[in-house]
Amino acid sequence: MQIKLLERLCNACAVSGDEGEVRQIVLAEVRPHADEVQVDALGNVLVTRRGRGRNRLRIMLDAHMDEVGFMLVAEEGDGLYRFELVGNIDVRYLPGKAVMVGKDHTPGVIGTGPVHLAGSDELKRKPALDSLRIDLGPGGRAKLGDWATFATQFRRVGPTLHSKAIDDRIGVASLIELLKTAPDHIDLLLAFSVQEEIGLRGAKVAGYRFDPDLAIAVDATPAHDLPRYDGQESAFYNTKLGQGPAIYVYNASTIDDPRLVEFLRQTAESEHIPYQVRQPGGGGTDAGAIQRGRAGIPVVSVSVPHRYSHSPVSLAYITDWKHTLTLMHEALMRITPALLGKA
Amino acid sequence: MTDLNSFLKSLLMIPGISGYESQVAHFLEDHWRPYTDDLSLSRLGSLHGLKRGSGPSPRPSVMLAAHMDQIGLLVTRIEAGFLHIDAIGGMDPRILPGQAVIVHGRQDLPGVVAMPPARLLPSGENDGTISMAHLLVDVGLSPAKVANLVQVGDLISFGGEPVELAGEYLCGHAVDNRASVAAVMICLQELQVRSHAWDVWALASVQEEINFAGAATSAFQLRPSLAVTVDTTFAKGPGADDWQTFPLGKGPTVGYGPNIHPALYQRFKDLADNLEIPCATEFLPKSSGTDGMSIQVTAEGIPNLVLGIPIRYMHTPVETVSLNDVRRAGRLLAEFIASLEEDFMCNLRWEN
Repeated sequence: MQIKLLERLCNACAVSGDEGEVRQIVLAEVRPHADEVQVDALGNVLVTRRGRGRNRLRIMLDAHMDEVGFMLVAEEGDGLYRFELVGNIDVRYLPGKAVMVGKDHTPGVIGTGPVHLAGSDELKRKPALDSLRIDLGPGGRAKLGDWATFATQFRRVGPTLHSKAIDDRIGVASLIELLKTAPDHIDLLLAFSVQEEIGLRGAKVAGYRFDPDLAIAVDATPAHDLPRYDGQESAFYNTKLGQGPAIYVYNASTIDDPRLVEFLRQTAESEHIPYQVRQPGGGGTDAGAIQRGRAGIPVVSVSVPHRYSHSPVSLAYITDWKHTLTLMHEALMRITPALLGKA
Repeated sequence: MTDLNSFLKSLLMIPGISGYESQVAHFLEDHWRPYTDDLSLSRLGSLHGLKRGSGPSPRPSVMLAAHMDQIGLLVTRIEAGFLHIDAIGGMDPRILPGQAVIVHGRQDLPGVVAMPPARLLPSGENDGTISMAHLLVDVGLSPAKVANLVQVGDLISFGGEPVELAGEYLCGHAVDNRASVAAVMICLQELQVRSHAWDVWALASVQEEINFAGAATSAFQLRPSLAVTVDTTFAKGPGADDWQTFPLGKGPTVGYGPNIHPALYQRFKDLADNLEIPCATEFLPKSSGTDGMSIQVTAEGIPNLVLGIPIRYMHTPVETVSLNDVRRAGRLLAEFIASLEEDFMCNLRWEN
């Protein structure tokens, strides 16, 4: 498990449509271990590692390279830029944050008018996106169309990771690790996909290209395991930190294949790997786009729980990541064509 | 001081929430020592630096007052490892969600201000700004660990490091008012090569963001003949564009209004004009909201001036200042001090 690699991935700026910085890291990491590496029409990195022997399952693993962020859309002079949101970001996360812009990570900030001059109504309202600016300083220049993201630097604090873009660099780092230890009885097909945050676009064509027997999306899912305002236990935690990888059964984009769900649970239980079932509900992963590809592809999602998704600082436990990797590795080791009735 | 950029950056990195400014005071003691004749701490923790003048004793004295405290948060309650918080000073609740912080427990713990999802909030609470009562700080540790390391009353400061923006601008969470502390430092340096008749008291005051306690008590103790309060003011920028705001990077401001002695205002304006230092007038029709408020009414009263350094995004962690404005403010202070005649006080009149 390479925390250093995860750190480099998380600190990169790779907003949906602008995944180049992460793509370069991924390409360099996977090439020594792959039989085939392609960058497809959308910018997905597609990696094949062939096994040996007959009747090999073709197993696709997917993790998206992109993160939520911003695009600079209008210039107002003096280093001030209007911007649009790329992906789902609560605007209340924006005021008072440092950002980085473009391939050079040009520093900027998003401020807000001084509290001293704000009326009480203004203080209570959600800020309007069109009232906010990215400020590069009066001497600062960027290109319109440049992407930007939060400038948070990755840090490890004891058992916990503090970073932006844990969604889904932790999946990207996981796939790179799993490639290195891939078993020989399967063909491992890795999709480092683009544009997940704006509609699962990369995964759709990657699933078509690979035409796998089954696919597993490895992502990060929110943990809402915070206290409720009234001290009651929350019924809607989605997942909890510290309880291991979250196996999906049902969400807004997919019903996960029950054979795969059961297989993952059995693998976890027999190997004594902690896991949790993600609470059924909204949200979705690349699995939703892969499942309906071609004549249909059995899918399941496994996510690392993390708090404060799509915000400047997300938190994840190293143990949850470790257990996710172990579960995925064990699953790849144990899987046979019989699981899908292909003996 | 090596250069202004690195001096101010180091100054911004030192936590000094109101009431807990001693680390800042110690840092300044080291940096003021070469430029002052005497250093002392007040009973409340403000730092006094004396630079003696060349005039005959007893000499009049001018006090340069810049507060060194900053706003922050503190722990009010611990629930399941999460910290409930309240503000020290005029905190803007709009900037808190997702903010990186440092909890000053038994050890410094990085954390983040959590914005709970709607389902964990009372109905209606999620419609706009989440009030501080519903925000939590998460240090990502187990409840048992948190119980060991954090107590109610522990301080929480903003965690981000200063950011340099293009064109010599610096952003950070204590630019209000470390920018002014840096201007005072520049003034002290300039005075090494300028003769001045008056004694100069440099004051880095405590607790301005709460109730001006530091400036009030130091003004009483030092009893200067005059005071210049140096504080940040509002720069024009996103969300700030009316008459109370001033262009960023286009010079400091001189306050005008009941908190300011008009003859001091005139002296500063004339000096700035002669030296061609751009300097706008900041109209303060009621109160300046600075240490000058308490200094003016100390003892039998002290003539006061307010020098402003415009910053963007005041009371956010990305307060932004122009280094040139800090330099200009420092130079103007030094020029003012060098210009003070031995009999200036005798000629300080209300009406001619």
